[in-house]
Amino acid sequence: MSTSTYAYYPGCTLHATAKEYDVSARLVCEKLGVGLEELDDWTCCGASSAHTTNEMLAVALPVRDLRTAEKMGKPLAVACALCFNRLKVTEHELADKVKLDAVNQLAGSDFKNSTQVVHLLEILYDRRKSIAVSKPLKGLKVASYYGCMLVRPHEITHFDDPENPQMMDKLMTALGAQPLEWDFKTACCGASLPLTRRDIVLKLSHRLLAQAKQLGADCVAVACPMCQFNLDTYQEAINKKFGESINLPILYFTQIAGLAMGLSPKELDLDKHFTDPIPMLRNKGLA
Amino acid sequence: MVTAATVTPSPVSDLRTFVEKQSGQRIFDCYQCGKCSAGCPVDYAMDLGPRQIMRAIQLGLKKEVMQSTTIWLCVSCETCSSRCPAKIDIARVMESLRILAVAEGSPPADKHIDLFHRTFLDVIRQYGRAHEFSLSAAYILKTRAFSNMGLATKMLSKGKLEIMPSRVKGASEVKKIFSNTKSSAGMNVSGAVKAEGKH
Repeated sequence: MSTSTYAYYPGCTLHATAKEYDVSARLVCEKLGVGLEELDDWTCCGASSAHTTNEMLAVALPVRDLRTAEKMGKPLAVACALCFNRLKVTEHELADKVKLDAVNQLAGSDFKNSTQVVHLLEILYDRRKSIAVSKPLKGLKVASYYGCMLVRPHEITHFDDPENPQMMDKLMTALGAQPLEWDFKTACCGASLPLTRRDIVLKLSHRLLAQAKQLGADCVAVACPMCQFNLDTYQEAINKKFGESINLPILYFTQIAGLAMGLSPKELDLDKHFTDPIPMLRNKGLA
Repeated sequence: MVTAATVTPSPVSDLRTFVEKQSGQRIFDCYQCGKCSAGCPVDYAMDLGPRQIMRAIQLGLKKEVMQSTTIWLCVSCETCSSRCPAKIDIARVMESLRILAVAEGSPPADKHIDLFHRTFLDVIRQYGRAHEFSLSAAYILKTRAFSNMGLATKMLSKGKLEIMPSRVKGASEVKKIFSNTKSSAGMNVSGAVKAEGKH
């Protein structure tokens, strides 16, 4: 991938619950010489809710942002795994010319469906060998957690392997860290259910956190704000409910890359997490 | 479980026709191997598992399908779809069932999840972007699920919740997209489904 400047779609959560993802992504890309030009006046992709109610709404909302990127003539870098999924589904659906015309008519737009959508993880993965690692993450055992939205449906996202993806693991190796083999790389964390069925989120997140801990992980690396939220915010509740003492920092892969590139925990907003990663990083001599 | 006593096939195969048109999936390709239910992370919490839903659609058991918690609990993780040996996108089938439920205005088996999605979309319609504070506040007030407030306070203390929604110029365009797509809920649908959805 030779492109060095991308249109950038942060997505709604990166301005609130996932601020640290936005901050670390921008810093890391800047250091890598990858330009991120935020889409002007971007709006929500419809997330988990639009496609459960109205299929036209579910594609018409992303079209607004995809069209902005198309006009910029740049590939679109997406941070949030859920946004990435919805944008890829839209691209796939609109390969049907009849549907594309119908959506353009509904949205009053002239989208040609020529925007190339990539996830930030792909951008870092492709450049992993040229990352200037000033602080190799020696001894840091990382459970790479891809979640659902990047890898499935594979026919649409074309992202890595849907059952045993490797991109994040290989990125971790390039950063000097030690990726762990584990079972829950692409298992669901409970997704958008925290407000409605917290019991399900606690159960699903518990099983994967418990295995990561059992295998000796120092942290879990994520690429999805929804996964980060569920695994981090509810860790205390999980410990209480299941009598566990899990204390696993849930870090964005961009934050981990930033550490290896010599950025400070403060610059990378590592104090935004509920499970404090600083004691663990100090122990490893990484903070 | 669907038992013999509760089986009430609908007179026509409305349900299957709708689902096949809406989802583009061939329901009779399912030969009930059960791989979907085996891999579904939420199967344990559903009244009918994904495999049972597929069979019930084949049999035209509309009431059983539409009143199941399954269609609301499905988190669209797509595990079933990616493992189905008959290459049926089962998550897409679930999606089409939710679209049908919304279009028909049938009472959802899980009111809270339905309400969450409605509230989420209301926020986007209003502001153009999701705004977690407005969403949580509206949802908590409507459901009186005040146990979620402790979490909101924690998020605020970490600076991870913005009190004010961001002002987006495109918000008016988004409103227009909402109103223009309103009548397309349940498109491809014959007389069995109302042409205009509730949203």
